[in-house]
Amino acid sequence: MSAGPLFRVEGLSKRYGARIGCADVSFDLWPGEVMGIVGESGSGKTTLLNCMAGHLAPDAGRVLFDMKDRGMVDTVTMPEPERRRLVRTDWAFVHQHARDGLRMGVSAGGNVGERLMAVGARHYGDIRAAAVDWLGRVEIAADRVDDRPRAFSGGMQQRLQIARNLVTGPRLVFMDEPTGGLDVSVQARLLDLLRGLVREMGLSAIVVTHDLAVVRLLADRLMVMKDGRVVETGLTDQVLDDPQHGYTQLLVSSVLQV
Amino acid sequence: MNDQHYNFAYLDEQTKRMIRRAILKGLAIPGYQVPFASREMPMPYGWGTGGVQVTAACLTPDDRLKVIDQGADDTTNAVSIRKFFQRTAGVAVTTATPEASVIQTRHRIPEVALTEGQILVYQVPIPEPLRFLEPRETETRRMHALEDYGLMHVKLYEDIARHGAIATSYAYPVKVEGRYVMDPSPIPKFDNPKLAGCAAIQLFGAGREQRIYALPPYTKAVSLDFDDFPFEPTKAAGACAICGSDTSYLDEVIVDDAGGRMFVCSDTDYCASRAEGQP
Repeated sequence: MSAGPLFRVEGLSKRYGARIGCADVSFDLWPGEVMGIVGESGSGKTTLLNCMAGHLAPDAGRVLFDMKDRGMVDTVTMPEPERRRLVRTDWAFVHQHARDGLRMGVSAGGNVGERLMAVGARHYGDIRAAAVDWLGRVEIAADRVDDRPRAFSGGMQQRLQIARNLVTGPRLVFMDEPTGGLDVSVQARLLDLLRGLVREMGLSAIVVTHDLAVVRLLADRLMVMKDGRVVETGLTDQVLDDPQHGYTQLLVSSVLQV
Repeated sequence: MNDQHYNFAYLDEQTKRMIRRAILKGLAIPGYQVPFASREMPMPYGWGTGGVQVTAACLTPDDRLKVIDQGADDTTNAVSIRKFFQRTAGVAVTTATPEASVIQTRHRIPEVALTEGQILVYQVPIPEPLRFLEPRETETRRMHALEDYGLMHVKLYEDIARHGAIATSYAYPVKVEGRYVMDPSPIPKFDNPKLAGCAAIQLFGAGREQRIYALPPYTKAVSLDFDDFPFEPTKAAGACAICGSDTSYLDEVIVDDAGGRMFVCSDTDYCASRAEGQP
């Protein structure tokens, strides 16, 4: 394992005309670390995530990733074919809505196998075996492998999306509200699963959410955003238990206690 | 009897020039879909407006034209396009494959091997092999540019998962010279092996979609498949009821209301020439 960080963001900014999407964000992510980004709606979390994952072109700044053989490479200026390959192999992106990340007209097995086929797998038996294996890991029964995602419940769709993303053994996972829109018991199971996979595979992850419980469970470190700027960073427990910035204090105290 | 009210082969010279440029570009980049300014033709879209324009651009007064529709020389589409060029270009026509210098075809490749100097023009309804997998044109163009063809195999995977074998039986995608994935127009996959290494020039015209693409002679065209589910050209089991051929592509013909049926060659010229040679 290399000694440096896996992923580094330097001075990342994105504007929508005169409005700020996110401004001057910098941080390092180390191998095996999970970073949470929290903030209210419109605080620029998703813009930041999309800029980092290459879905949006940032106006300024660099997004560096540790390519195994070449050290830190700027993914913003990287040629498109190379970035696509990176997005299919070492990176993964879990969308908030499973239907954004899945092909709804293609069977569960085909969904999981797509990344494998995109990077050159051409043996049907092997692809299918990998698909069944991954469905098992995300607790979907093997006999559902030929069903379309339409026939799945919301929680299953989300788990299928995770399987589809992790099948190539990525090193960095971006997650946009992975538990949004699910009921609490399903959320709890999904979080449990995610936590297990992250630990087991040694994944690094960046989790965007407005749900503080999610970051409490998943994230090692926390970044709090407001109006496109990072207002506080630190270890998760430290930030949640002893918030320094006024906005963070408001955020923490707004959580409903049952 | 050339109808003098029209320019030779219906289209004006500037239009033919524009189409020839697209054809040359297509030949230079085998399998790449070249956009061209498709003209309104005196026939509806879907009847071969793309093929007709390509044929018009290729024809010279010395050419001998053959037109086939699903292999047959005598069906509506073939007859009307042949008549169209007889009237507007006054070129000689034939039904014999070896005698023709330009062959316009809809959904078949003739059984007899083509030779150098011949041009085979295909009518193409949907030139984009990725269309039903990815509806956005901007995205499919980008996928071609980046050689991003994983999705094509997802389709074949779905076939096997659902039917136990690759069930795509026509318009079976091929990879040309290891680069572009191409839709060979809706020919049966039985004909796919004939695309590769063909001695004739193969031109593909899609009128409504405004695309021309091409395979120069002796081009590699590999049908996509999986290692454990290799590509198989398929045909109906049986032999032709007229000429007895068991190697040609067969049409099934229902002959009565009692379920009676027979198989006959889809290539009528091939069938007739074999039947003639028999005692």
